[in-house]
Amino acid sequence: MVSVTIDGIKVEVADNTSVLEAAHQAGIKIPTLCYLKGVNAIGSCRMCLVEIENARGLQAACVMPVSDGMIISTNSKRVRDTRRMNLELILSNHERDCLVCKRNYNCELQALAERFGVDDIRYEGEMTHNPIDITSPSIRREPNKCVLCRRCVAACNDIQDIGAIGATERGFKTIIEPVFKKSLADVPCINCGRCVQSCPCGALTVINDTDKVWEAINDPDKHVVVQTAPAVRAALGEAFCMPIGTRVTGKMVTALKRLGFDKVFDTNFAADLTIMEEGTELIERLKENHHLPMITSCSPGWVKYMEHYYEDFFENMSSCKSPQQMMGAIIKSYYAEKNNIDPKKIFVVSVMPCSAKKFELQRPELVGDVDVSITTVELAEMIKQAGINFPELPDDTFDEVLGDSTGAGAIFGNTGGVMEAALRTVYELVTGKKLDNVEFNEVRGLAGVKESQVDLNGTIVKVAVAHGTKNIKKLLNAIRAGEADYHFIEVMACPGGCINGGGQPPINNEQIMTYGDHRILRAKAIYEEDEANTIRKSHENPSIQLLYKEFLGHPGGHKSHDLLHTTYKKRGKYHY
Amino acid sequence: MATVTADKAKVDELKAYIAEHKGIKGPLMPIIQKAQEIFGCLPIDVQDVIAEEMGIPMTDIYGVATFYSQFALEPKGEHVIGLCMGTACYVKNSQPILERLRKELGISEGATTPDGKYSLDATRCLGCCGLAPVMMIDDRVYGRLKPDDIPGILAEYK
Repeated sequence: MVSVTIDGIKVEVADNTSVLEAAHQAGIKIPTLCYLKGVNAIGSCRMCLVEIENARGLQAACVMPVSDGMIISTNSKRVRDTRRMNLELILSNHERDCLVCKRNYNCELQALAERFGVDDIRYEGEMTHNPIDITSPSIRREPNKCVLCRRCVAACNDIQDIGAIGATERGFKTIIEPVFKKSLADVPCINCGRCVQSCPCGALTVINDTDKVWEAINDPDKHVVVQTAPAVRAALGEAFCMPIGTRVTGKMVTALKRLGFDKVFDTNFAADLTIMEEGTELIERLKENHHLPMITSCSPGWVKYMEHYYEDFFENMSSCKSPQQMMGAIIKSYYAEKNNIDPKKIFVVSVMPCSAKKFELQRPELVGDVDVSITTVELAEMIKQAGINFPELPDDTFDEVLGDSTGAGAIFGNTGGVMEAALRTVYELVTGKKLDNVEFNEVRGLAGVKESQVDLNGTIVKVAVAHGTKNIKKLLNAIRAGEADYHFIEVMACPGGCINGGGQPPINNEQIMTYGDHRILRAKAIYEEDEANTIRKSHENPSIQLLYKEFLGHPGGHKSHDLLHTTYKKRGKYHY
Repeated sequence: MATVTADKAKVDELKAYIAEHKGIKGPLMPIIQKAQEIFGCLPIDVQDVIAEEMGIPMTDIYGVATFYSQFALEPKGEHVIGLCMGTACYVKNSQPILERLRKELGISEGATTPDGKYSLDATRCLGCCGLAPVMMIDDRVYGRLKPDDIPGILAEYK
């Protein structure tokens, strides 16, 4: 421990604590921009400058470690003037169209300008003029808003180990972009949206599709059905200033009904359906001992990652469509038939925590199941546009049959959740025995790669869970090298799983420093959703049983294969 | 699209160099320099070979290749003209010389004439400020330039 004095306040902090963290512990909020805890610490934006007694020049608090007896001033005139001038210089080449920016009121740059009292643009000069990139169905890049903080680059390169974007050129011409002026759509970007989640301003956002949803709702000829992914309910409240990890399932359903959707269904139902299909597929593969390990296919970011980088795992992929697509397919077949609605008139909207879902629904082999996918952030925007006072809403429940789900469906939003849900069902189907404890703690939590094994009537089934493509890479490379050997692997492209997807409300540095890792808080909400459900195994969902009885026949059957299974495509990386 | 990596012998030479050097500290610069030496430039297919052989994203290579003006993404002309725009040359009026070069060659800096004869670069300090304003064509230095010197100098390379 070392003792430091910050603005006259004495604090004892651990060795190697940054000045920023030490000040936080002393209750002082040093401003940051390029720093994002756990993602980027490079000290380049100069917003966190502090004055340290006997040190030369001002120091960047985010990268400056404390030393014993250090005397720090975070609020001297020199500090304030310098920070402000640096911000003004950043703003001098920032496209300041805040009124029409998707990050208006939710922008770290804007917040700094307000905090520093910037009331004038003192530096007017040449500005960069780079084209906006909107060719990706998932991510919109506006380089003229970019402040070169490199948080996105760190997220893409260091956190995900992908490197679809990087800093190119130099000096005033520096730009964060893909190689050779290509669009994000033409490089091996997996649409995970880690870059969007890291961006402090509006330079990287998710493509907005809310207009298409409003148009469908307003079309009297369309029967508009919405489905909501498990992770949305664990984060939607944040967009309305509710604490991170508030479970807002009932309010979300009420809001969706008030927005004018004809039916509000739950993607959790399709998650249960996925378990039936994927579980059956696993049991078959285990029996025949081929195409093992089987790897889950729910995460569209992971699927595209596999198609670009791990084509040799093609055969290992489960052929199951993702829950989003299964839900769309069932709505336009079973639901349409049962309610005598022309499937052509049905418009399926999905609300997803995910930016990659927008890409997924456009894939030629999947097109038609779902018409539009919007993110948690976009849904929040629609709720605000409708003037709905979200935090005060009463609870409502999902519409019948396709709104019925189990706790197993709910946990799909967390890393390890698909595995746990699958194990609950596969164990009981194979052994015929009842599980005493449905909670598989070994596959829960934020460890990069998690392992477990299950005894299925004497056969030991080895499973692994990886989340975030960096961890996925580690796991798959170990399998390639023959150093690891599993039967079943769950993979999610985002670190933490869907609860931390590219479509969730972005978490800024101050929130992380104040409330801790948002993934833990959101994951807790998801597990509570599971515990609150009286049915916690997918195969016990009575509506799933009814669907098979009335329509599909049996899992893995002919009709299932037509509606619920898919194929993949080898994509390579760069094409020239 | 025609690719410079169609020449397998050159690709093998680059791959051998990468295999030999990728273990050293800071391997990227020498490898990119070698690639440019072999192929004359660093187009996407060359960067793809480097990325795959080194196991790094292409953005890492592209970032370095666009940062330093010594690297070229496209093939250079037969003669490379570098006009110094460093501080000393700039105050000694290199700007009108740049404009004259643009006019005579019909291209902007960073480009190559359609016949592949000349490439024009505006460079940083060439290190001979005493001769400002300075231009280099290939390895030859021309100092104390005036705009009207340009047509005569270019004629030497016809």
